[in-house]
Amino acid sequence: MSKSNFTRRSLLKTSAVAGVGLAAPTIFTASSASAFANDPTDSSTVTLGFNVPQSGPYADEGADELRAYQLAVEHLNGGGDGGMMQTFSSKALQGNGIMGKKVEFVTGDTQTKSDAARASAKSMIEKDGAVMITGGSSSGVAVAVQALCQEAGIIFMAGLTHANDTTGKDRKANGFRHFFNSWQSGAALAPVLTKAYGTDRKAYHLTADYNWGYTTEEAVRNSTEALGWETVNAVKTPLTQTDFSAYITPVLQSDADVLVLNHYGNNMVNSLTNAVQFGLRDKMVNDKKFEIVVPLYSELMARGAGKNVAGIFGSQNWDWKLQKQLGDRFVGTDAFVQSFGEKYGFPPSQAAHTCYVQTLLYADAVERAGSFAPCAIVEALEGFEFDGLGNGPTLYRAEDHQCFKDVVVVRGKENPENEFDLVEIVEVTPAEQVTYAPDSPEFGGTAATLGQCNDGA
Amino acid sequence: MDAIILQILNGLDKGSAYALIALGLTLIFGTLGVVNFAHGALFMIGAFCAVTISRILTFSHEVVDETRTDFLGNPMKVDVPYIHSIVGQNAGDFMIDWAVPLSILFAIPVMIGIGVIMERGLIKHFYKRPHADQILVTFGLAIVLQEIIKFYYGANPIPTPAPSAFRGSFDFGAFLGMDANSIIYPYWRLVYFAFSLVIIGAVFAFLRFTTFGMVVRAGMADRETVGLLGINIDKRFTIMFGIAAAVAGLAGVMYAPINSPNYHMGMDFLVLSFVVVVVGGMGSLPGAVLAGFLLGILESFASMSEVLELLPGINQIVIYLVAIIILLTRPRGLMGRKGVMED
Amino acid sequence: MLGMTRKDAMMLAIVAIVALLAPFILNPFPVDSGFAQFNAGYPDLMQRFAIFGIFAIGFNILFGLTGYLSFGHAAFLGVGSYAAIWMMKLLTTNILPGMVMGIIVAGLFALVVGFISLRRSGIYFAILTLAFAQMSYALAYSVLTPITGGETGLQLKLNDARVLDAPLAPGERADANLFGIDMTSSYDLIVGGWQFTFNAGYYIAAVVLVLAFYLSIRIFRSPFGMMLRAIKSNNTRMTYTGLNARPYALAAFVISGMYAGLAGGLMVAMDTQVGPERMFWTASGEVVLMTILGGAGTLIGPVLGAGLIKYMENIISKINSSILHEWFYWMPDGLEDFVITLIYPFVGKGWHLTLGIVFMLVVIFLPGGLVEGGQRIKRLFESKKARKTSDQTTPAE
Repeated sequence: MSKSNFTRRSLLKTSAVAGVGLAAPTIFTASSASAFANDPTDSSTVTLGFNVPQSGPYADEGADELRAYQLAVEHLNGGGDGGMMQTFSSKALQGNGIMGKKVEFVTGDTQTKSDAARASAKSMIEKDGAVMITGGSSSGVAVAVQALCQEAGIIFMAGLTHANDTTGKDRKANGFRHFFNSWQSGAALAPVLTKAYGTDRKAYHLTADYNWGYTTEEAVRNSTEALGWETVNAVKTPLTQTDFSAYITPVLQSDADVLVLNHYGNNMVNSLTNAVQFGLRDKMVNDKKFEIVVPLYSELMARGAGKNVAGIFGSQNWDWKLQKQLGDRFVGTDAFVQSFGEKYGFPPSQAAHTCYVQTLLYADAVERAGSFAPCAIVEALEGFEFDGLGNGPTLYRAEDHQCFKDVVVVRGKENPENEFDLVEIVEVTPAEQVTYAPDSPEFGGTAATLGQCNDGA
Repeated sequence: MDAIILQILNGLDKGSAYALIALGLTLIFGTLGVVNFAHGALFMIGAFCAVTISRILTFSHEVVDETRTDFLGNPMKVDVPYIHSIVGQNAGDFMIDWAVPLSILFAIPVMIGIGVIMERGLIKHFYKRPHADQILVTFGLAIVLQEIIKFYYGANPIPTPAPSAFRGSFDFGAFLGMDANSIIYPYWRLVYFAFSLVIIGAVFAFLRFTTFGMVVRAGMADRETVGLLGINIDKRFTIMFGIAAAVAGLAGVMYAPINSPNYHMGMDFLVLSFVVVVVGGMGSLPGAVLAGFLLGILESFASMSEVLELLPGINQIVIYLVAIIILLTRPRGLMGRKGVMED
Repeated sequence: MLGMTRKDAMMLAIVAIVALLAPFILNPFPVDSGFAQFNAGYPDLMQRFAIFGIFAIGFNILFGLTGYLSFGHAAFLGVGSYAAIWMMKLLTTNILPGMVMGIIVAGLFALVVGFISLRRSGIYFAILTLAFAQMSYALAYSVLTPITGGETGLQLKLNDARVLDAPLAPGERADANLFGIDMTSSYDLIVGGWQFTFNAGYYIAAVVLVLAFYLSIRIFRSPFGMMLRAIKSNNTRMTYTGLNARPYALAAFVISGMYAGLAGGLMVAMDTQVGPERMFWTASGEVVLMTILGGAGTLIGPVLGAGLIKYMENIISKINSSILHEWFYWMPDGLEDFVITLIYPFVGKGWHLTLGIVFMLVVIFLPGGLVEGGQRIKRLFESKKARKTSDQTTPAE
């Protein structure tokens, strides 16, 4: 959004110039009062835009994200117990808002559709003067809103988005992702899977037929095949599929002994439920027990699948039991769970965690940069190393704005005590094992660039 | 061979859900002439009847267990269902386990009630209005029903398992004298198939062999004349609406263990059920059932990887492609009657 | 005047004036007031009003005149969008070629779909169009990913070809523009506590809207329009008089498909990205609802319907509990909580509920849609005059 004071005269002049040749440079620049979009300098408050799914299948996940955002705002403004601000390695945040300005927020509904998400984000930018947009629960939305923020000169802190593309071929200078990605899931899962199930396994993939599904299948395939697994078959399933029986029965017929469900959301709930219905969990193939793997776990979705998740491997960005079980490497987790639990009565999901952390990271970057200007914030976040936000030592890589940190490998519990305790932590794959070159082919290769940061004015 | 038998089973199973929904829809849509966009919502409410019953049965009071702690380190509160203190622990657990079949008893009166209220309170005034108005009002109603469910149950799917007696699979292979375990099929899906056949049979028998059904069929063919004969056709149509709602609801109740219900599931089935009804032919009950099974089976075959290698993406579009071909070759669908909803 | 009756010219003038003054009309509340939440005068929403207005006007030419209910119109919008963004990626970021290409491609697609679907009528026609749209959606989401970008859609990239444009200077971005006027450039007028935003993109969309509206008036009043109405009122009789209705219906179908393509192209021009959900059946259903809600077969109805639905989607959905608390802070605590508990289910994440209720209320009490509501109010005023002059009221369209 450029707020330019163009006069009638300059308008006429530009049209005349452009009328001469279509190929004339097309950027309309004009002098402007402030140096960047939605500059809050003259205001006593600063507005953040929380753009989460509030209707559609991801509405509950969106609700959890919103809870985390509200908690983060409370902590930034000095309320509550401060949560992870106490454990965060950077001490720039004072609990007096951001740079002394009280933090306010607006909310919107992405409907998990890119058009609706962009409309909502635009209204936050154009109408409410938001300086930062964050949230979302799918990669389609994240990529769309990230591109919008790049054009508008606003910082985008992605919520839950797992596809490689967000920080791969569609990476943008103004966009940052704390959540992990498909490739990291594959790299983290493969060693744990081969340790648990042996290297002599035959895998059958069911893959959601869209970008995220493709990248996840590719990641899991490549990393398991490198450790000796064989991929028997990979079948794509429509996003709108609800009953997966027709895709499950061929698995029974094949000689595969592992089923990988590259599904998320309702797809995952339904395909997993169906797979268990067809007795895959009790099956013996090649004298081995048949196993099911779900590369990306979500606590909320696991709740939808109920008892069917028992014993099923998957990966997560974070889990609320990390610090309790694995000690102080994951410091911050307990502080966050404590203040979230006190406020809402149940433990936070990984979506809530990543959204809370993103808000804190943004606020901290503003404080360290000493400015709300997007380019200053980009500079402060690029290559930023931090700790104490629940994931252990973490790096925001400068080349692609992806966070590098440990990946949690989890397994569905056999006897969960309640609906918030559905998974147990199996292992944590250290960050080095899930680090890749910024120009690797899965991430758009050398053609993928961040472009220049955009201040928007 | 096994693979083909399995896909036929899958198709029949999927088809029985389509057929049940289409059957109810065609009672309203193909015969009363009302475009009912709330039909998917009725299916969804049926599934949530099952969720509600299992919620009621597991309705609990909290007992503080000092020996365990919760995630914040406070003493753990353990939920103890009230039903345990009413009928004892074993009987209580048995009822909780059998919640889904028990819900049928609950769903029938609830769904008939919803159907009758809908017809008397809303649809009745729309028989003579254009189809466009019917679409708008029933779509509005569908959204309202959906949002009410979302408000109370959230947007996440809610697992609603079948009774433990029905978990596991039936071994067709051994049954047919082939290799054991070559063709296995989950019990609950077989139950669903059988259940749908019973319901479809019951609806047909009701319309064919009772005086009531005869009058309704006459009313479908020529409402005015039947009315002139002094028969109160309106009342009978109200009851038909109730029955249609009950059929959709029962399809939903029994579907709950197959896929965890969520508030959105009705919309997922809505478009499909319209396609099934139209492919079957407007105003034809057998057509709706036939089209339901046919499209179910075709969808299953299209998802086989052998087929997908030949025609990538065919699983995405097969139903619509078949619908187009059928409608172009048979102007009124498989078994449609002339003049119904053609204007 | 311009081939229109005085009444139509008046209506066109009103539409043009409202479109011109939209930044004022839609921003009635000062920025800092509690009611600023209801302001809709920001560029994105104004653009959407215009775009969906065009989409609904086009849909109404088919549905309102011929009575053919297409349930797959979003496919044309989507195809138009994809065509437009490819033009912007390959040729130039000037929006004109994209919009023209959007209209052409959507028109051609509509020709194919219409030619096949119009072999059937009534509900059979609706299902045929629905089937085509659902296939387009499913394929765009999955197997056509190389062309459509799949789930993540298509956006403008720095390394796009843009053969007609000069190479970008370092740091420069490729933004949608019309001969150098950036779609996003705006002028803010601050008067007292009020802020009015005049956005270049919006005014371009508004000009297109007014042109589209003018064209639709001409079609409604032309002999061609009469012929389309004849299809609706009595198809059989028309056939008996020796006229073949099909070519007329097909022409209407293609025209309305081109309107959808134009809307799709404009959407890309205003907001340079396309995703496949644009073609999902709910999007097709939305334009049907817009048209019926406003008043099918009336000139202005579809635009009103589009405006109402988009307003609810973008404004009501943003009201969260902290905003409610701001509004009602002056109440005693208990009452405040009570009032908020009552309102909360209908706003924010509950905006769909309000939408559903509005649909039902409008169709129950205003069978002719919002236009009928307007006419009733008008009649209420006129009836006072009518007592003196016993003037007849104008019948509904």
